[in-house]
Amino acid sequence: MTGYASIFVQAAFIENLALSFFLGMCMFLAVSRRMETAFGLGLAVLVVQTITVPVNNLINGYLLAEGALAWAGLPDVDLSFLALLSFIGVIAAMVQIVEMVIERYLPAMHQRLGIYLPLVTVNCAILGGSLFMVDRKYDLPESVTYGLGTGFGWLLAILLLAGIREKLKYSDIPKGLQGTGIAFVVVGLISLGFLGFKGITVG
Amino acid sequence: MSTNEPVNVGDRPASVFRQFLDMPNDRPIKTLAITLIVALVCSALVTASAVILKPRQIANREAERQRHIVDIVSRVPDFAAAFSRGEATLEAKVVDLESGEYVPRMDPASFDQRAAAKDPETSVMVDPKEDVAWVGRRAKFAVVYLLVRAGKTEVVVLPVRGKGYGSMLYGYLGVSADLKTVVGLTFYEHTETPGLGALIDAPSWRRQWYGKRIWDQTGTQRLGIATGPVDPASPDAAYQVDGLTGATWTSHGVTNLLRYWLGDHGFGPFLRKLRAR
Amino acid sequence: MNPGTGKLRTLITPLVGDNPITLQVLGVCSALAVTKTLATALIMSLAVIAVITVSNAAISSIRMHLPRSVRLIIQITIIASLVIVVDQVLKAYAYSLSRQLSVFVGLIVTNCIILGRAEAFAIRNGVVASILDGLGNGLGYAWILIAVGTVREIFGAGTLLGIVILPTTAAGGWYQPAALMLLPPSAFFIIGFMIWAIRSARAEQVEEDEFEVTKAGGP
Repeated sequence: MTGYASIFVQAAFIENLALSFFLGMCMFLAVSRRMETAFGLGLAVLVVQTITVPVNNLINGYLLAEGALAWAGLPDVDLSFLALLSFIGVIAAMVQIVEMVIERYLPAMHQRLGIYLPLVTVNCAILGGSLFMVDRKYDLPESVTYGLGTGFGWLLAILLLAGIREKLKYSDIPKGLQGTGIAFVVVGLISLGFLGFKGITVG
Repeated sequence: MSTNEPVNVGDRPASVFRQFLDMPNDRPIKTLAITLIVALVCSALVTASAVILKPRQIANREAERQRHIVDIVSRVPDFAAAFSRGEATLEAKVVDLESGEYVPRMDPASFDQRAAAKDPETSVMVDPKEDVAWVGRRAKFAVVYLLVRAGKTEVVVLPVRGKGYGSMLYGYLGVSADLKTVVGLTFYEHTETPGLGALIDAPSWRRQWYGKRIWDQTGTQRLGIATGPVDPASPDAAYQVDGLTGATWTSHGVTNLLRYWLGDHGFGPFLRKLRAR
Repeated sequence: MNPGTGKLRTLITPLVGDNPITLQVLGVCSALAVTKTLATALIMSLAVIAVITVSNAAISSIRMHLPRSVRLIIQITIIASLVIVVDQVLKAYAYSLSRQLSVFVGLIVTNCIILGRAEAFAIRNGVVASILDGLGNGLGYAWILIAVGTVREIFGAGTLLGIVILPTTAAGGWYQPAALMLLPPSAFFIIGFMIWAIRSARAEQVEEDEFEVTKAGGP
């Protein structure tokens, strides 16, 4: 099981999608002014990421990758250039389905996450997670771990930033640096801290 | 699309099109038709670009792989010239790591070692006690490259990998045909820290590997990276290159992956067969 | 500001006055990720300029006939197709750079600038104006990328486009490279300070304080 543990740790800490690949930055900076909203968005990313990465893994493995259509008698077909379009479609569809399911069965959660779910569709962390999954050739259980890890890492990162920004409201920041400027610098410092996770080996 | 529309039979096609465009945008038939047209145009565009550019992309991928191998063998004196004149060739062969024999039935061009290392059918779990380089699962086969000039093998290039500081280091190790010395070591994929571990890419450091001895008289493998700069007077000087300052883990990682891949569980059996031949 | 004609203004405003990255904070992901060297920043800029200009033109030209219900889907389809074409072209003609850009070319699809301009501008303006708007926003994005890429490559590796500017100690020169510049955090710092510089010059872009800080003993 060490393989999965190390994928999780790598995805969540060492190669945190937000802090070392800058994915989902627009939303990361826009929705991190308050803890509560940051938690909502982060949780939505975690849920959607854990579902879409494995689903895209199946689509890639059985439809798109070179030789993936062998089961249909077409071993020479390579549709990998369609990955981007299919993934975007899958993500949009999955977000809709997740929204419908939690609205039906978990209305309390829907009240919290409802407004963030549509936002997640255009979050590059979600599409990026799926593209990295293809790039690194993860299999199905690995991609579940990877989705969980990256989602968790993103949630953690936005919570850290929101916590700091809430405190920053009371500080005296140079005029031009207020708001977005200082947010960038803070994220830079958090990202510097996360560099310390590099070199961790699990197992 | 004319079923819902009163169209005069005598109209020219252009005006049918005009009528279609004049329809209100929220008519279902128009929504459907516009979506279909956009989808068709986009798919034509995407498919055309993918099909037309595919041969170039495949050639690029192959050239990229060759580049690293050529980089290693270019250390051999006057080899670059011979290579460009076509006197020397690079042969790819699939090797069964367990037996050390070539596997002629497998095509080296289509063999994907990384994918094979994932598949339980084509890989083995390395015994944790032997796994000094954190290889984890290892493919049963590997593609090696032989540099042949005038019918004689001069250099053997072996694919190697092992854990560095950031993540897995992927590279190629070139060994001279008498299997005594290193020709070159190059890493094509790694995430080592810039300025420290990433100096494994620095040409000045990579040049040091040329001519380093692998085994001593007793057959013990001593090739590796020194702690700090190599002392020319030390007995290890013939076997070691300078340590990378501030990158102890990277240095250990490289030494360990050399130990693993040149050892009995890596290319050991293949190298023994090669020496006997 | 250059008073110029309306069209010229469409092109120029996004450069500094309404820059997508520093003011609107859109499309930051790739701006940070691909700026380790100038070459990747340049290629990424070209790719984004191409995609945003063509997508703006395409969407603007069919804007009269876009059904409301499927508007977004059609826009995303057009953008994604263009990105695939760009990705394929890069893989064919700039292979090693496209390897370095890895997934970030694909991520142009979710670059908020492109969909944002389609929604905010192309959908209700003429083709020529939309092309200029796309070009302007693309260039506004590009110059930030190129500036960050230049700073990071010069100070991080002592080179520019691979040409040695500051000979590094590793290669026998005098310059000890600031390796931090090659690490992710530096990109955040540089953009943060760029925003500071731009907003100091243009006070109207400063964000409102949520709480007024009063000095102890002050009024």
